[in-house]
Amino acid sequence: MDEKTLIAKRVALELRAGNLVNLGIGLPTLVAAHLPAGVNVFFQSENGIVGMAPVPEPGAENEDLSDAGGSPIGAVPGAAAFDSAMSFGLIRGGHLDVTVLGGLQVDEEGRLANWMVPGKMVPGMGGAMDLVSGAKRVIVAMQHSAKGEPKIVKRCVLPLTSVRRVDLIVTDLAVIEPTDKGLVLVEIAPGVSVADVLAQTGAELIVPSDVPTMPVGL
Amino acid sequence: MSKVRKLEEAVAMIPDGAVLMIGGFMGVGTPPRLIDELLRQGKRDLTVIANDTARPTVGIGRLIAAKAVRKVIASHIGTNSETQRQLIAGETEVELVPQGTLAERVRAGGFGLGGVLTPTGVGTVVEEGKQRIELDGVVYLLEKALKADFALVAAKRADYLGNLEYALTARNFNPLMAMAAAMVIVEAEDIVPVGVIPPDSVVTPNVLVDCLVAKEHRHG
Repeated sequence: MDEKTLIAKRVALELRAGNLVNLGIGLPTLVAAHLPAGVNVFFQSENGIVGMAPVPEPGAENEDLSDAGGSPIGAVPGAAAFDSAMSFGLIRGGHLDVTVLGGLQVDEEGRLANWMVPGKMVPGMGGAMDLVSGAKRVIVAMQHSAKGEPKIVKRCVLPLTSVRRVDLIVTDLAVIEPTDKGLVLVEIAPGVSVADVLAQTGAELIVPSDVPTMPVGL
Repeated sequence: MSKVRKLEEAVAMIPDGAVLMIGGFMGVGTPPRLIDELLRQGKRDLTVIANDTARPTVGIGRLIAAKAVRKVIASHIGTNSETQRQLIAGETEVELVPQGTLAERVRAGGFGLGGVLTPTGVGTVVEEGKQRIELDGVVYLLEKALKADFALVAAKRADYLGNLEYALTARNFNPLMAMAAAMVIVEAEDIVPVGVIPPDSVVTPNVLVDCLVAKEHRHG
C-alpha cells in the first residue's frame, strides 16, 4: 500500500455513520474510497452540496454539478444543494462533524498552516479558514515530511490557517494527537519505529510507554 | 413587462471601472455570454468580486487574462497562474477573503447589514486592519459588507419577470450577489413564461432582477 492510501485508510477509521464530512482537495479526497463497511456518511462540497458522490459513469457528467476543484461529481439520493452562505453556515455553525484537510505545517500547539507560502505560492485560503474554525473535528492528513524537512514543527513559520488546535494529525508515519500537554504520539505506521517518527519530527512529541501500530490492513 | 434585453445592450450599461459581482465557482455558475461580451466590448479597470478566478481560459479567468481587471476580491486564485502572476508583479490588486466570510460580506451587503462578526481568521493575517470584538467570551472579527454596481448572475431558469431558479452547485454565490448590486443582469439557460416557475421554487424573486439575457444554446 502506498503512503497516501495508508493515510486515507487510517483517516477513514475516524468517521462514524451519519457524519457530515468535508474533504479538502488533494490527499483528503482519497478518504472517500476507504470508508469501513457499514459506515455511511454524507460528504459536503463547500461549493454547495451535501451528498456528493463520484460521477456514476463516464458520460453522466452534469455541467451544473462539480466539486470545489471544479471537477464533475455525482450526488447520492437524498442529496441537497444550496448557496454559499448556507454551505458555510453548515461549516461555521457547528453542523459539520469532521473536516479532513491537507497541511503544510502543524506546530506543537496543534495549529495548522496550509494556505500559502509567502513569495512562492499564494493560492488563497478558499474555505480552509472557515473549515478549521468551524468544524467539530479537524483532521490533518499529510505526508510526515516534505523533501526531507519535517512538517510537524515547534512553531509554524508559514501563515496560520487558524489558531484553533486541530484534533488529529495522520501521516504516513504516525497518528499524533495535539493535546493541552503537547503532541502525543498515538500510533505508528506498520513497519515504522518510534525512533523513525522522532527523527522526522521537528517538534517535541510525548511518547507513551506503549505505542500501537495503526489498525489498517496492509 | 419583459426584462429580456439584447446581450450587447445589457453589457453596454457597464462602464469601465465598474465594481462587478460575478457568480460562479471555478466557472460553474458563471454567466459565459456576459463574460464573452465584456471582453468583446473591451471593458477595463473592473473590480471583480467573486469566489475565485477559475483558470486563465475559463469564466472570470478570461477577464484576468485580458487584463480587464484592476482589482479582485476573492477567496481563491490558486488555479489561475495568471492571477497569481499579476498579483506578484503588482499589476492587479488582489484581496483574499475566506470563502465563508466572502459569502457573508456579500449577503450582508444585500440584506442591509453593515457587516458580520465571524470567528474565521482570528489570529491570522486576515485579522490585519480589522476590528476584533469579544462577545460572551468568544473573539470575532468585524467583516464589512460588500456591495457592487452590477451583479452578473447565471440562472438555470428565469421567467420573463425575472424570477430565478438555479441548478445544483451552479447556484453558489449567484443568489447572494443578486441581492447586493445596484443593477442585476441575469443570463438564464431557459427563459419561460410567467407562472411556469412555481412560487415555492423561486430562489431569487423577480423584483431583484433588472435585466435578462438568454444563454446561447449549446451544440454537441
